[in-house]
Amino acid sequence: MTVLRTDKITMKFGGITAVSQFDMKIDKNEIIGLIGPNGAGKTTCFNMITGVYIPTEGKIYFEDKNITGIKTHEITKLGIARTFQNIRLFKELSVLDNVLIANHMRLGSNLFSSVIKTPDYRKKEKKITDKSISLLKDVGLDNIMYEKSSSLPYGKQRRLEIARALATDPKLLILDEPAAGMNPQESLELMDFIREIRDRFDITILMIEHHMQVVMGVCERIYVLDHGIMIADGTPTEIQNNPKVIEAYLGVE
Amino acid sequence: MNKKNTLTLISIIAFIVLLFILNINLGIYQMRIFNLCGIYVILALSLNLINGFVGLFSLGHAGFMAVGAYTCALLTMSREMKEMNFFLEPIVPWLKNVQVPFPLALIVAGIMAAIAGALIGAPVLRLRDDYLAIATLGFSEIIRVIFTNTQSITNGALGIKGLPSIGITGKTWEVVIWTWGIALLTIIVMVLLINSSYGRAFKAIREDEIAAEAMGINLFKHKMMAFIIGSFFAGIGGALLGHLIGTIDPRMFFIVLTFNIVLIVVLGGIGSITGSVISAVVVTIAMEVLRVLDGDIIIGGYMIKGIPGMRMVVFSVLLMMVILFYQRGLMGTKEFSWDWILNRKKKTVKS
Repeated sequence: MTVLRTDKITMKFGGITAVSQFDMKIDKNEIIGLIGPNGAGKTTCFNMITGVYIPTEGKIYFEDKNITGIKTHEITKLGIARTFQNIRLFKELSVLDNVLIANHMRLGSNLFSSVIKTPDYRKKEKKITDKSISLLKDVGLDNIMYEKSSSLPYGKQRRLEIARALATDPKLLILDEPAAGMNPQESLELMDFIREIRDRFDITILMIEHHMQVVMGVCERIYVLDHGIMIADGTPTEIQNNPKVIEAYLGVE
Repeated sequence: MNKKNTLTLISIIAFIVLLFILNINLGIYQMRIFNLCGIYVILALSLNLINGFVGLFSLGHAGFMAVGAYTCALLTMSREMKEMNFFLEPIVPWLKNVQVPFPLALIVAGIMAAIAGALIGAPVLRLRDDYLAIATLGFSEIIRVIFTNTQSITNGALGIKGLPSIGITGKTWEVVIWTWGIALLTIIVMVLLINSSYGRAFKAIREDEIAAEAMGINLFKHKMMAFIIGSFFAGIGGALLGHLIGTIDPRMFFIVLTFNIVLIVVLGGIGSITGSVISAVVVTIAMEVLRVLDGDIIIGGYMIKGIPGMRMVVFSVLLMMVILFYQRGLMGTKEFSWDWILNRKKKTVKS
């Protein structure tokens, strides 16, 4: 079953074409990598999929539903969650609060009943708290859930950001450079972690990553972008031996 | 949990008893300042919701207060009083004969301010940071200018005099119950709101808008909610202020009034309910106590001639000190909690 399909999406900023005619198709439970040199348009692609930018041309389908031009928060509600290249946690709030916020949109209580704390609201609040705590247990952050999120070490902040994205009950999880700034040991842990959450939460994962070891190790298929144009797609082995990819990364002799 | 609720209930009752005791023992002047404290608590909390919890730097508070004050005044005044006030140009007929009880007028004042908030919020809440501040400031001025020029509704620059006293009976003892009663209600509503799922969403918007939106929070809807609630309480605060002073005119709702409230919120801690309450009381009392600085001061036989407004220098210095050494205000984003007091007690017992 196709989870996400982009149909020739193009993004132009003034005269510059950041992404051109990009086609992508992701099936359920796949782990897909999107790689490319700096400035290739990877994050622009993510921003189009998550509704931050509206593609200049082309259409995006999520579970066969056209989501082009839909607002970010609505896309999240449909089931696409994301993390950010530079971690964007709610710094002053606790780890648990960070995850609880992700549950807000599916709470289904109106402002009035949450202010007067109706029994129905209390029940829902209890439910999302339990759910959040068990999610934090799954990702191994339950022992620090009352800590301020900015006080966490880098690796755990990354993990929390992924947990927070998972709390929105996504079908597709988009990770923007999850291994950025991690040491080799942490990267290895991350690879296991990504596979683990895919299986446990039954989701599909799309990730941008520069760390080749991680990409080649965890992704089942890879798309390569260079200057906004897709130059290759295929399995990690195919990509590694693709002359175009080598040229884009290392230049030509 | 139960223990804390009991403690809260006891302290609320104790506070109400205190109100009655103060009512009997304090003079009219002190009581008036005390009432003013209550009103500033309402105003500070309403601004703190917008500025501190949702992180929208709004400077339009005086405008919403003006809407509330004028609405309440025009609804509670008797026909004779209105006729007396509007001597330059008669009041419009549909307003002339309206007279409703104070509580109803107060609610309508809040609703009118909330409507003004919604109308202004819809266009300006798409802006961010300084742009939002300038836009709200502008709209607040627009409201003031409109009120100056709608002679037959607001009596223009002449203002309205002889507003009835706060309360249903018009007796002075009733005033404190209304001001502090509503202040208490505002505190409770704010605490409940901030501790709800919506409160968390508000804080998320303050911390990081982009991340909040990616978590499925409808930014515009939530910002509007906070803005409307904030303006509602600003309207109520403005109405109470008008009725406490007994006279209103457009000049009262200059930007300076907004800045006074911003001062309270910043000193108390942006994003702290406790901070706003403490700061509102302290600043309001200090504003009166420091009046000695405005008059002539005799130091060692020399008389320094009084300069009106000298007391504001103290606040300027205080504000600068807060900005330099205590960026997050008195309380930061911390809140009062029973845990804190109970734990402290335990600690002192141990040591």
